[in-house]
Amino acid sequence: MCETMNKSRTVCKIISNELLTDQIFEMILECPEIVNEAKPGQFVNLYCRHLGRLLPRPISVCELNKDKGHLHLIYAIMGNGTKEFSTYNAGETIDVMGPLGNGYNTDTVSDIHLIVGGGVGTPPMVELCKQLKGRKIIVVGFRDNPYLVNRLKEYGEVYVTTDDGSAGFKGNVVEFLEKKSLKGSIYACGPTPMLIGVQAYADKYNLDASLSLEERMGCGFGACVGCVTKIASNNDAGFIYKKVCKDGPVFNAKEVLFSCN
Amino acid sequence: MQLNVNIAGIEFKNPIMTASGTFGSGRDFTSYVDLNKLGCVVVKGVANKAWPGNPPPRIVETYGGMINAVGLQNPGIDAFCKEDIPFLKQYDTKIAVNIAGKSIEDYVEVAQRLVSEDIDLLELNISCPNVKEGGVAFGVNPSMAEKITKAVKKVANQPLIVKLSPNVTDITEIARAAENGGADALSLINTLIGTKIDIHRQKFILSTKQGGLSGPAVKPVAVRMVYQVANAVKLPVIGMGGIMTGEDVIEFMMAGASAVAVGTANLLNPAATMNILNEVKAFLSDKSIDNINDIVGIVA
Ligand SMILES: Cc1cc2nc3c(=O)[nH]c(=O)nc-3n(C[C@H](O)[C@H](O)[C@H](O)COP(=O)(O)OP(=O)(O)OC[C@H]3O[C@@H](n4cnc5c(N)ncnc54)[C@H](O)[C@@H]3O)c2cc1C
Ligand SMILES: Cc1cc2nc3c(=O)[nH]c(=O)nc-3n(C[C@H](O)[C@H](O)[C@H](O)COP(=O)(O)O)c2cc1C
Ligand code: FES
Repeated sequence: MCETMNKSRTVCKIISNELLTDQIFEMILECPEIVNEAKPGQFVNLYCRHLGRLLPRPISVCELNKDKGHLHLIYAIMGNGTKEFSTYNAGETIDVMGPLGNGYNTDTVSDIHLIVGGGVGTPPMVELCKQLKGRKIIVVGFRDNPYLVNRLKEYGEVYVTTDDGSAGFKGNVVEFLEKKSLKGSIYACGPTPMLIGVQAYADKYNLDASLSLEERMGCGFGACVGCVTKIASNNDAGFIYKKVCKDGPVFNAKEVLFSCN
Repeated sequence: MQLNVNIAGIEFKNPIMTASGTFGSGRDFTSYVDLNKLGCVVVKGVANKAWPGNPPPRIVETYGGMINAVGLQNPGIDAFCKEDIPFLKQYDTKIAVNIAGKSIEDYVEVAQRLVSEDIDLLELNISCPNVKEGGVAFGVNPSMAEKITKAVKKVANQPLIVKLSPNVTDITEIARAAENGGADALSLINTLIGTKIDIHRQKFILSTKQGGLSGPAVKPVAVRMVYQVANAVKLPVIGMGGIMTGEDVIEFMMAGASAVAVGTANLLNPAATMNILNEVKAFLSDKSIDNINDIVGIVA
């Protein structure tokens, strides 16, 4: 039971909240308890102040600064909630709950770790790269403006792809993996079409892959059964629904059934 | 200060219950909530066998509320009895089992299976849209509501709460039908049918197109219906729909509820029931009200 201690909704101080690039912000929060416990791939719930916006906005742990007790989050403005967050100033507070979910296994022994991030799936890769031991090849894809690239370079070789070719390889991350025939233990986070591509790539070359999934959430801690995803099972239906917030968000690629499968 | 209330012969230490489907069987809440402090835990709907539930997306936020289309995903009554009843029995609270089904036989089977289990109450969820009998939900047709209440009451070993749907023209008609069928208490409201459209993609957000609206947005409707039902039947009424604070609890009780259930608020803050209980106590002591039962239906 103590695995869920200290996770109730708490008020955290905002240390800074800065624009990184077009529509992308980095928020640093002071929350030593969360930082001490959090693992890469886990997330926190952020709550809006606007009383009409009740549900949590799940945001991944981007980086942990244990010395200072600082939690770094990177978020994109997608709708009204994230737009509201972008107006918050340093010194103000925000309601946070976490860390939530199961993160990546960072004890995997592999000759090469293949880190694959797409868009706002890139932020969790920072802390993951920091904690993974061994050689890391990092491939990150963006529609246009890349970000976090320099921070990731501290931990391994970084390759950038953009849809419009404005930076790095023109195309998506899966096309890049194919082109360079990169092999290793895969850790991926990004939009579903990218994850489907990564799953197929891992399957084709028989690689281990951990995928971090996204789904709309009602609670973020396992109570509403709202955030489910199809997981292969040997029952009559061939699948069961598991909770992304509690059983994931990181799943083994072999067990995830995307709706196109 | 007296907080205990009596529902159908079962004594709760206070009127705060959990609303079905928003608290699981309490396992995910033990770090935030002392289950011993709850009047009653109402568990997530359970059917005669496991139901997979609906495909995602199942949840969407709307102004001051949320719409869910979980579709009663549950492990079935056998798994429930094996895992969840022993878990809840560790705590000093009452247990109400919420029953889901697609036909009268389904509901009866679950009530029968629970005859010898150590639980306190049954709650019949008759606002489930997928039913065999003519495709009409039991909860929106008075004669069906009476028929199913009777059938379950016949086999049930625990007092029976019938949970009413707000998606009807006249909720008092269904309330009287459940009373005639032999219900021991009524609970209301279940969720209001609603939907949300993604205007950028020009499609419904939920996989099922529509779902059930809950949260503070529905509270005025719920309070009105509790008031109507409490005045239409002799049975005790359990009020719910958008309770976020102790003041909301007081409002429902003044409208005629003998107990209340906290739903969506649990999802937004897992410690909600504890905060709400403290706020209720503070209100009563502030107004020098010694017995919470004294405010039930006071505005009638
Ligand atoms: C486990 C997990 C980790 C995430 N990590 C990050 C991150 O590190 N950085 C980042 O920018 N984004 C991340 N997201 C996506 C982020 O949660 C959504 O972009 C955000 O909730 C949108 O809120 P909004 O109010 O701006 O959008 P609106 O569309 O106005 O939101 C309305 C409702 O829909 C939900 N919603 C909308 N889009 C999504 C989505 N893609 N996923 C889940 N819920 C959604 C919102 O939470 C809210 O309840 C993550 C999502 C999940 C599930
Ligand atoms: C995610 C979710 C799941 C629910 N599941 C059930 C259920 O299994 N059985 C049931 O009778 N009601 C269910 N309900 C309805 C609630 O018990 C309650 O009647 C309703 O949400 C109104 O209360 P609220 O506004 O406080 O949430 C569910 C509601 C939500 C939000
Ligand atoms: S969001 Fe509620 S169970 Fe996952």
